[in-house]
Amino acid sequence: MNNNLVVSTSPHIHRHESTATIMWAVVIALIPSGIGSVWIFGLSALWVILTGVLSAVVFEVLIQRLRGQEVSVLDGSAVLTGLLLTYNLPPVVPLWIPVVGSFFAIAIVKHAFGGLGRNIFNPALAGRAFLLAAWPTYMTTFHAPYDALTTATPLALLKEGKILNLAEMNLTYGDLFFGGRAGCIGEVCIGLLILGAIFLWVRGVFSLHAPFAFIATLALFSWAFGGTALFSGDWIFAILSGGLILGAFFMATDYVTTPLTLKGQAIFGIGCGLITFVIRKWGGYPEGVSYSILMMNAFTPLIDRYVRPKRY
Amino acid sequence: MKKLIVEFIKGIIKENPVLVLVLGLCPILAVSVSCVNAIGMGVASTFVLLGSNIIISSLRKIIPEKIRIPCFVVVIATFVTIVEMLLKAYFPVLDRSLGIFVPLIVVNCIVLGRAEAFASKRNIVHSIFDALGMGCGFTLALLIISSIREILGSGKIFGFVLIKGFEPASIMILAPGALLTLGFIIAFTQLKKSKGKEL
Repeated sequence: MNNNLVVSTSPHIHRHESTATIMWAVVIALIPSGIGSVWIFGLSALWVILTGVLSAVVFEVLIQRLRGQEVSVLDGSAVLTGLLLTYNLPPVVPLWIPVVGSFFAIAIVKHAFGGLGRNIFNPALAGRAFLLAAWPTYMTTFHAPYDALTTATPLALLKEGKILNLAEMNLTYGDLFFGGRAGCIGEVCIGLLILGAIFLWVRGVFSLHAPFAFIATLALFSWAFGGTALFSGDWIFAILSGGLILGAFFMATDYVTTPLTLKGQAIFGIGCGLITFVIRKWGGYPEGVSYSILMMNAFTPLIDRYVRPKRY
Repeated sequence: MKKLIVEFIKGIIKENPVLVLVLGLCPILAVSVSCVNAIGMGVASTFVLLGSNIIISSLRKIIPEKIRIPCFVVVIATFVTIVEMLLKAYFPVLDRSLGIFVPLIVVNCIVLGRAEAFASKRNIVHSIFDALGMGCGFTLALLIISSIREILGSGKIFGFVLIKGFEPASIMILAPGALLTLGFIIAFTQLKKSKGKEL
């Protein structure tokens, strides 16, 4: 009798999602791209992924113990951080690189700022930025697909300025779409990444505002200003050649470090696209997706404040 | 005598200019790439602090209240010029690696801060011990930060290779490494302090 008269505060209707179900869904969505990458780059990519994920989990447990927190490693957030970090690494690196990266991501970017939900920056991307600044040689040595030869990524070739289009790189759009090019572990298999993104979108894990704004802005600017003449840039190449798809769908949609409102997410995406274009076109690095997301992470509180929904 | 020791010790621990008062960060961040630089910078700043504290303390009754800051700066600049010339004459290598940061001691907030907050109000002997304490505290903080950065960023300490085969993280000798190290050291000193209060 009493049970029927329970009074609770709103919200009364909620989806039975939790941090864990969402995190694990993202992990599952990312797995196909990892498998594709192991197929393309060989087992070394697999060892990098496993080392990164395992060390992220270990550091999460250790630090939560140290801080006297309840160990919540089963919610999958550490696994996801480790996975995203390794997806941002070249397929052949010494195995201590993902370990150090995971330590930086989990211990410094996540827990020094207060743990899950309180970090300002995306831990995986900040880990990558740290590694890139610390050991640039390892982080910029890429391997050709199905081959042990080192080669440059399409964007790095473009940056050097000697090769200006796909045909000169001996690549087609199909190669770019199915991962037949040099690049980071998780970014090359664009087809499989999109599959994962569709899975997440259907499940309602994220809305498409940020990713679409990101991709559309970058495509528009690359088309308008990327080529030799106005409105002659290769925008399909701009979308498919770097880490854009991985970044836009899986990192610009992170719950903690991106704006809460849909309008805010769209602004976030546009900002990311603009910064990425500026870095690719004029910056010192060939690719700017990770830095653009990190920079917009810093603006997230400001965006949230600006687009705060009106109270009636 | 006991009072003098207190004045000396406070600069090292309780009121450490870098880790507690958070002053003089520009040289801290810029020259803490190697321990040799750190000691050079520390000694140079301590010398300037000592000289300026002595002169300002002895002139404190003559300096007019309204133009005291320009007066302090002139005194400080004099000592900085002496240090700069000495470094150029006897330690040209160190002078080159410290670069612009030696002349910039003129605007170091620790030196001006001590002149304003201490030397212009206290007698000469107290000011000497205050300067020595603050100088040692500054040097100590600089040495801690630079040893961490030198070990992680170049795999060396005082220019000697520490571990063979260790691949240094170049980020630690770049600007982000300085900010990270300083942030963590300040965080840990504050943690120590807050724990001490609870007990």
